[in-house]
Amino acid sequence: MYDAPHTTERDVTQTEIKIAAKNVQVYYGDTHAIKDVDVQIEDKTVTAFIGPSGCGKSTFLRTLNRMNDTIDICRVEGDIRIDGEDIYDKRVDPVQLRAKVGMVFQKPNPFPKSIYDNVAYGPRIHGLAKNKTDLDEIVERALKRGAIWNEVKDRLHAPGTGLSGGQQQRLCIARAVATEPEVLLMDEPCSALDPIATSQVEELIDELRKDYSVVIVTHSMQQAARVSQKTAFFHLGNLVEYGETGKIFTNPEDPRTESYITGRIG
Amino acid sequence: MTDASMPTDTPRHGKSIMVADAHTKKRNASEKRFQAYGLAAIGAGVFFLLVLLGAILSNGLSAFQQTFIEVPVYLDAAKLDKNGNRDPEDLKKVSTFGYNPLIQNAILEQVQAAGIDTPLDKASEMKALISASAAAQLRDRVIANPDLVGETVDFRILAASRVDGYLKGRVQREDLARDKNIDAVHLDIVDQMRERGLLAKAFNWEFVFGADASESRPEQAGIGIAMLGSFFMMLVVLALALPIGVAASIYLEEFAPQNWFTDLIEVNISNLAAVPSIVFGILGLSVFIQFAGLPQSAPLVGGLVLTLMTLPTIIISTRAALKAVPPSIRDAALGIGASKMQSVFHHVLPLAMPGILTGTIIGLAQALGETAPLLLIGMVGYIATNAPDGLVEGFMSPNSAMPAQIYEWAKRADPAYYERAWGGIIILLVFLLSMNIIAIILRRRFERRW
Ligand SMILES: Nc1ncnc2c1ncn2[C@@H]1O[C@H](COP(=O)(O)OP(=O)(O)O)[C@@H](O)[C@H]1O
Ligand SMILES: [Mg+2]
Repeated sequence: MYDAPHTTERDVTQTEIKIAAKNVQVYYGDTHAIKDVDVQIEDKTVTAFIGPSGCGKSTFLRTLNRMNDTIDICRVEGDIRIDGEDIYDKRVDPVQLRAKVGMVFQKPNPFPKSIYDNVAYGPRIHGLAKNKTDLDEIVERALKRGAIWNEVKDRLHAPGTGLSGGQQQRLCIARAVATEPEVLLMDEPCSALDPIATSQVEELIDELRKDYSVVIVTHSMQQAARVSQKTAFFHLGNLVEYGETGKIFTNPEDPRTESYITGRIG
Repeated sequence: MTDASMPTDTPRHGKSIMVADAHTKKRNASEKRFQAYGLAAIGAGVFFLLVLLGAILSNGLSAFQQTFIEVPVYLDAAKLDKNGNRDPEDLKKVSTFGYNPLIQNAILEQVQAAGIDTPLDKASEMKALISASAAAQLRDRVIANPDLVGETVDFRILAASRVDGYLKGRVQREDLARDKNIDAVHLDIVDQMRERGLLAKAFNWEFVFGADASESRPEQAGIGIAMLGSFFMMLVVLALALPIGVAASIYLEEFAPQNWFTDLIEVNISNLAAVPSIVFGILGLSVFIQFAGLPQSAPLVGGLVLTLMTLPTIIISTRAALKAVPPSIRDAALGIGASKMQSVFHHVLPLAMPGILTGTIIGLAQALGETAPLLLIGMVGYIATNAPDGLVEGFMSPNSAMPAQIYEWAKRADPAYYERAWGGIIILLVFLLSMNIIAIILRRRFERRW
């Protein structure tokens, strides 16, 4: 049985449901990428999506902030509620939804602008700052949340693209945090980073759990074990098993989960 | 060119890497060969470019020089102002016929005073030496400044085209038998005047800024007015093609749903880029002139036709520039709750700007050099004698354009126009070159790293 190298303290008292998905189906044209997924994601919790590549982790993650809307051939069915509100309802503007459900991508993608402008962009378009001092404060707070303030505070007007990969990713997290989202989606945020940068980002994720519901896709089981409280295992578009991270890694119910964790599939 | 398969029968183990084996030698040889082909191609290209530039410069540079005669002209009050009150209205009544004898007299006096040996002794016999435009120039000067009447003024007169040709080597004494415009006696005068410094070549700004002239006065013709025509056309093209082209590209690239209809539009735009320009000309003739009733030969119509022609170029390059912006930038913007429009205008468009500008300027440069569509809307062969006064006139009054002017000169019978056609090409090339330089500068300025 796979032995988690370091288990964070499991916070099992938190049970408030942030996102509830029922019977979710996603199709790319004729490809059935997500099959009948039911999952309940808790608030102030890090939920990890694991599974072999191509199993639909990213696809499912992107249904949660309707990023899939930007793909013409993609079709989503089923019921996904955030705080009890159906995010696929006709009245919902996906743009507004994405301000509430922030996203961090696999490859760090800062805008080719200054560090300051990267972080200030979201607050600016959402009108979160009344004036310049306000905006300065928001930027500083976000950069502190992103655990990168100390490294960039002297060069806020240097280009964000000039930072190292790990710094760029933390900048992107700060940028996502600046719009004050309630949920943070992260699609393999560390896959392009070296081990040191990875551990910095992982620490940051653990910090973020205090204020947000964090959903992280990862192909690294160690990472899932290190940062998450809940883990969902996807396989061929199905959600095979979902539960406490400790339980998934030590005592999985489904044989497919066990094979994946012990390295026989994936 | 490269050989991917390794020969299986050569055992590679245990061989020294100090000696290149047969396979490696073959590969290196083929690489060298390939580089040689490339160098040869570039060499040929550079050679032809140099030949072209050499031809253009050697044929065209002489157009910028013109032969002038410096002569003091006595402005006889008895002939120009019979009433003697210097009233500009009275002065205007004297036509160029009144000025011609004055100029011819002045030349004859100069020839005699310089002791030039010639059998000619009548003033009217000097006519062949001077440009037919001289009288009009002198008259303009007198009307602008009536006080000159009665004075002797120094006047710089354009020499006749044949005289100019003689100095430039275009007119040869052997050919005089077939030439009705000049004869050996006059050329003897020219030779002696040149020796005494009375007649010389000088830079001719009139060629750059002046108007075209009739077939019989090549020495007077300039490309300036046609340049204005081109300028107004380019204004139209820029004002229409850039916003329409960029808007269309943004819509097609970022917003349009992927269906058969957008595919159809896409195919059509690519095909439009390959449609011969004369087709756009005939379209302009029937739509803008015959149907919409816009004036013939007007730069506005020319600009509209060239806009149609330039649009596909701008759309194709703008779409390429938009495509080249990494999709991760769009995701980043959308991911923090920017709308599609915000993500395009705040992030994608600024990054695509260098490409868009380059495409636009290349499209403009193409339009600037386009002649065929202008044939059909009457912008070729029209001689505008005055610069348009004001913007509206500039767009609406008949004019020509630089390439049309060059074409016009090239087809005229008088060989003096031949050098002017080449000279016009030099000016056109200077414009194209500057546009390209502007494109490079703009691209540098807008370029950002990511
Ligand atoms: N844009 C797309 N168009 C078509 N098929 C896609 C697209 N994105 C993903 N897919 C398909 O959906 C399935 C799940 O992909 P994805 O969610 O990216 O997997 P994962 O993130 O778990 O590696 C794969 O079979 C993939 O080929
Ligand atoms: Mg993925």
